[in-house]
Amino acid sequence: MSSANTSAVGQGLANRFNLQQYVVYLGFLAIFLFFAVVLKDSGFLTVRNLSNIVLQTAPATIMAIGLVFVMSAGEIDLSIGSTVAVAALAAAVTLGQYGLVAGVLAGLGAGLLIGLINGALVAYVKLPSFLVTLATLGLFAGVSRSMTDLRSIPVTDSVFTGFFGSGVFLGIPSLIWWTAIAVAIGHIIYRETRFGAHVLATGDNARAASVSGISVPRIRLAVMAISGTLAGLAGLLYAGRLQAAKYTLGETDLMTVIAAVIVGGTLLNGGRGSIIGALVGSLMMGMLNNGLILMGLSVSDQMIVRGLIILAAVAVSLREKSR
Amino acid sequence: MTPTEANAPVLKLQDIHKMFSGITAIENFSLEVHPGEIVALVGDNGAGKSTLIKIISGVHSPTSGTISIEGETVTMSNATMARSHGIEVVYQDLALADQQSVYMNMFLGREPVNGFGLLDRRRMIAETDKLVKELDVRIPSAHATIRDLSGGQRQGVAIARATHWASKLILLDEPTAALGVAETAKVEEIVLSLKRRNIGVLIISHSLDQVFRLSDRICVLRRGKQIGVRETAKTDKNEIIAMITGLQQQ
Repeated sequence: MSSANTSAVGQGLANRFNLQQYVVYLGFLAIFLFFAVVLKDSGFLTVRNLSNIVLQTAPATIMAIGLVFVMSAGEIDLSIGSTVAVAALAAAVTLGQYGLVAGVLAGLGAGLLIGLINGALVAYVKLPSFLVTLATLGLFAGVSRSMTDLRSIPVTDSVFTGFFGSGVFLGIPSLIWWTAIAVAIGHIIYRETRFGAHVLATGDNARAASVSGISVPRIRLAVMAISGTLAGLAGLLYAGRLQAAKYTLGETDLMTVIAAVIVGGTLLNGGRGSIIGALVGSLMMGMLNNGLILMGLSVSDQMIVRGLIILAAVAVSLREKSR
Repeated sequence: MTPTEANAPVLKLQDIHKMFSGITAIENFSLEVHPGEIVALVGDNGAGKSTLIKIISGVHSPTSGTISIEGETVTMSNATMARSHGIEVVYQDLALADQQSVYMNMFLGREPVNGFGLLDRRRMIAETDKLVKELDVRIPSAHATIRDLSGGQRQGVAIARATHWASKLILLDEPTAALGVAETAKVEEIVLSLKRRNIGVLIISHSLDQVFRLSDRICVLRRGKQIGVRETAKTDKNEIIAMITGLQQQ
């Protein structure tokens, strides 16, 4: 952002309401320092563990990028939780029968299709996205279960698993490449293009956007399609890393992803958000998971702590909005 | 500034008739607005002012009658078409995106991009700064977020936006309804400065004092009927009030 000619007053204003924008970086730092001290003998600070955190959060980060677009437009996409599994299974099955390219296209296509279904219902039938995607979340959870009768499908294509999972390119794991590329492209589209500006305007004031010549339904369709496609990509990354696809993939990600996006400074009601914030939010959620496991917390305790953090994040988000 | 014959009207409405499912909202409405002229549209609630604004801004199309812009008959089926004819509307709710910056609002829906297809922020900020200075809209900076501005500043931004894009006509719907005394004076100054830009202005206002301060001509509507048009300099409040209420037919 160019701020060269921002006046002193503008700076003052900017500083005043950026608490929510920066809270994620402070939170990330605080949690990192906490674990670094508490878990210094448990291997938290090793390069292997830290890079593991990034690898494990890659699918959630990719989904979070899509959700930033959705939430900035004032909508929500709950269906990503089951889109991941449908996409992974579609890719795994197609991969086995028709080869690599068909498999990748099937996975991304499944995500895109689900996104377009959600988007059409939200944009043109004008149903609330919360209800639409709550319904499709359940619907596609059922589809993913029936696709292979609950069976897990192995993914043995080494090109696929290398490209989307365990591969290394120029010394950097492919999952980190995917995260970096998705964040970079997402950030540029979100911050620096007319589309990104129109997404924000739509979430901020749909009527104003509409009378300004922005096609609000098209924006709504587009953000849902982006979210679905990125959930599809997340499905491919899971299938690549785990070398298998199963209906349980992504099942527990929904809450993590929503938390990452909100903690990252994207307002629940739209109009303001950050892709970089969502990345840091996602890494923070992953670090939290990792640290809590290293600390020896049970799964149930982890869920409680995560829930509390989401509550705190939502509280900050809503306070900022109503100011 | 009285329009001369040489000045083609920027807007000419002829025998505009509008029905909504069998009910007449506007009948036989004719009006001309010339460049640099401020015409006030007055009338009681439900007189049809908003319907007229919507017809001129392309939201509704008239059931019959013609709209001409600079002598050319146009048909408009949406607000985008009206904008492409150089007509801008400042809505009563201002239609600003509160959480975005002033400069993004100035260019809402019409953001310039550079050769890479990326937003040309530098240009948006420079043009915003220039216009805000010319119109003397006192905002902290082009980067300020709309929700941090006062009501008068927001109105100023909305009018500045309309001014930036309107080549011919600006419709102002109750521009000072929500403002205090000082802010109203400031906004009226800005409206008057539009005359110098040779833009036609059609303003809806409930304040007759304001109408008499700003307008060159006053058009009175009552229950969808055009009661009459008066030159502001040659009429007085009593006559206009009588026309609005119908208590004394002219």
